[in-house]
Amino acid sequence: MQVFLKVWRQADAKSEGQFVTYTVENVTEDMSFFEMLDMLNNQLVLKGKEPIAFDHDCREGICGTCGLFINGRAHGPLRGITTCQLHMRSFDDGANIVVEPWRAEAFPVIKDLIVDRTAFDRIISAGGYISVNTGGVPDANTIPVPKPKADEAFDAATCIGCGACVATCKNSSAMLFVAAKVSHLALLPQGQVERKQRALNLVAAMDMEGFGACTNTGACEIECPKEISIVHIARLNREFLKASLL
Amino acid sequence: MVLDAKIPGGPLAEKWTQHRFDLKLVNPANKRKYNIIIVGTGLAGASAAASLAELGYNVDAFSYHESPRRAHSIAAQGGINAAKNYPNDGDSIFRLFYDTIKGGDYRSREANVYRLAEVSNAIIDQCVAQGVPFAREYGGLLDNRSFGGAQVSRTFYARGQTGQQLLLGAYSAFARQMKAGKVRFHPRHEMLDLVLVDGHAKGIITRNLINGEIRSYAADAVILASGGYGNVFFLSTNAMASNATAIWRAYKKGAYFANPCFTQIHPTCIPLSSEHQSKLTLMSESLRNDGRVWVPKKKGDSRAPNDIPEEERDYYLERIYPSFGNLVPRDVASRRAKEMCDTGHGVGPTGLAVYLDFEDVIGRKGKQWVSDKYGNLFDMYQQITGENPYEVPMRIYPAVHYTMGGLWVDYNLMSTVPGLFVLGEANFSDHGANRLGASALMQGLADGYFIIPYTIGDYLAKHPHGKTDTNQESFKTTTREVEEKLNQLLAVDGSQTVDDIHKELGRILWEYVGMARNREGLEKALKLIPQLRETFWKEVKVPGTAKELNPELEKAGRVADFLELGELMARDALHREESCGGHFREEYQTEENEALRDDEKFAYVAAWEFQGTGEPAKLHKEVLIFENVELTTRSYK
Repeated sequence: MQVFLKVWRQADAKSEGQFVTYTVENVTEDMSFFEMLDMLNNQLVLKGKEPIAFDHDCREGICGTCGLFINGRAHGPLRGITTCQLHMRSFDDGANIVVEPWRAEAFPVIKDLIVDRTAFDRIISAGGYISVNTGGVPDANTIPVPKPKADEAFDAATCIGCGACVATCKNSSAMLFVAAKVSHLALLPQGQVERKQRALNLVAAMDMEGFGACTNTGACEIECPKEISIVHIARLNREFLKASLL
Repeated sequence: MVLDAKIPGGPLAEKWTQHRFDLKLVNPANKRKYNIIIVGTGLAGASAAASLAELGYNVDAFSYHESPRRAHSIAAQGGINAAKNYPNDGDSIFRLFYDTIKGGDYRSREANVYRLAEVSNAIIDQCVAQGVPFAREYGGLLDNRSFGGAQVSRTFYARGQTGQQLLLGAYSAFARQMKAGKVRFHPRHEMLDLVLVDGHAKGIITRNLINGEIRSYAADAVILASGGYGNVFFLSTNAMASNATAIWRAYKKGAYFANPCFTQIHPTCIPLSSEHQSKLTLMSESLRNDGRVWVPKKKGDSRAPNDIPEEERDYYLERIYPSFGNLVPRDVASRRAKEMCDTGHGVGPTGLAVYLDFEDVIGRKGKQWVSDKYGNLFDMYQQITGENPYEVPMRIYPAVHYTMGGLWVDYNLMSTVPGLFVLGEANFSDHGANRLGASALMQGLADGYFIIPYTIGDYLAKHPHGKTDTNQESFKTTTREVEEKLNQLLAVDGSQTVDDIHKELGRILWEYVGMARNREGLEKALKLIPQLRETFWKEVKVPGTAKELNPELEKAGRVADFLELGELMARDALHREESCGGHFREEYQTEENEALRDDEKFAYVAAWEFQGTGEPAKLHKEVLIFENVELTTRSYK
């Protein structure tokens, strides 16, 4: 099959970007989307042209490095997967495919399709942890956790920090990302000591990084490759409110 | 130079306790005067950075990723071992030690492995305290499952995403120290060389991957936690950027490289489907707990799997190994799968696959139970292959997964370069010739949380802090060398892409230095690899400049190193005239096609010293002494 790509190219953070079109021939259905881009890049290199820069690493949907906006959808047309798990069998022969980077003020473009998501690290370092040093902790089984709670905490902890929630949100809000961390730790007994301060600190850090507010549109939950529910946003709101009042 | 592993005296079970007492300490008030560089922020690097910063040291941590949470530790699926014996099924520190030594086919150091087993329990405690959401029983306590190479259930897990949850735990501790100002994180910075001052590791040269800036960093000690080198094969389960550059350049600066030929081929990966494929995907070994491996009894049977009746299926692992069945160690399972395919029993379009079938367990426990336990793996499989594993058996084939070899380190995890420490998969220390499942996470965190914080103090206490700064001559010389090498890569301007040459290297290594090796093939590889290296330096095409974000240039530097490392792997495999663990020499096998060790001649660690590119490396031997286990032929029957 062949596909027609319209790809965002931008030399660096300061330059202006533009769409560039490419025709990719000899695409096979079992290729992943990135393998199709690899093939195109290989051809570009041999022609002495600059290949398209995009972020990717594990190519199995867990590292959170990749993230392309494909035909207006974060991580492409399917639900519950990252861009690296998208295969060409999801497209028709002759398809037009528009490829853009995540677009959000807090995620400035570094080059082409690569954006800077270090804002997420700064949010986590504001308190997305339990303050324990190495050593001197109790035996693991002295802290029983009811299985349903543990499972729910896991559902939140499964966030891969890819930023699809931000990219798809009309407000560029990072609420789902922040909610996932607050919820994960608020559900566990280990997380109780710093529970209130954590909610306040993470929300403050999120605001400072320039992410927008949440207006409950729910797009984030639909595009999240780990299908993290906005129930966690509701919990974050409660946590934040309780922490602010008490 | 005589290799001194610095193994403490005394009985096995007391070595580490005694050693911790014997190690020199750095006064708490002095710790903040010491600077430590850590390269790599996966499980080993992030846990070390956090733990050392908590002690008061100043840490500069470097990663070519944008965040520590991207490291490939995140992709580990199945679990982490510990000798807690929570299930009351007979586990103990000694049994975990014994299984690991035996699983490694008696090519690892007793003292290191025992220490690993000893600290394993503290890792679980630490992770739970950090909020890692391990799987639990209904009573609220931790759940365990079984894994290959063991007859007890000692594996802690978080669905099929254990590596992710452990890395996020280490990352959270790391982030906390970033906030505290004790860890300075340098994202998207790649280490391109090690700097020695008076023979000691005192700094690194990095390239900022965003703008190409080359910079020097000085410190009182350097830690490499940069992962394994499985990507030398091009196709592996490693992430695309995983590479050997940090350890390889340290090797060229004098750190010995140990057992480079010990690579692990994982038995349960999704088979290769096309020449465009960029990587292989692992299906966790935990699936072998409940899945049954089989091939059709009839050669070349092209019927759909569900049309092949029970009596015409060969559940070969259960047949050959009645006591371990589908849970034999990885090397054994991989070799048997290859043998089945080589003898015409392979399935799927290429004939290079065997079935991993869940029909049995779905019938016994229901689809929901299977989905709760392995849901994400089943989804991943379906996404890649377009087939539904709840209805059709998975097709699996072995793929390169892990490298047991790495830089040689002593008991203190220090390499042959003083002041250079190596942690996690980057070192060679604990897995011998074959790593057991769920032991990589254990080793990475053991090294980072519980070993390096003690052992590095001994080195630092003996060497005054702050003696080095980047104005010293060796930083300038090394910077020039790094810049020259980048310019050379750009100057070739040939007609082949980096990937083309990397794929060719991968084909040579898979063919001759892969799952089964022989003298003829290895000698051939030793001719082909240097030729390919020559082609690379004449024909590679790297676009762009060194002063910008240039992924092709990054890859080129890494592949240039792989082209040297591949040769060393072949040399090591050729010299080791025995079969052990993941190293299977066809000339040395038992009548039942099992690995045939030669303990008389080869019960040693092969540590190679760099002699110049293209020159054969020099072999040093660290003889392995076994005082607590008897060397037997591994039998999983």
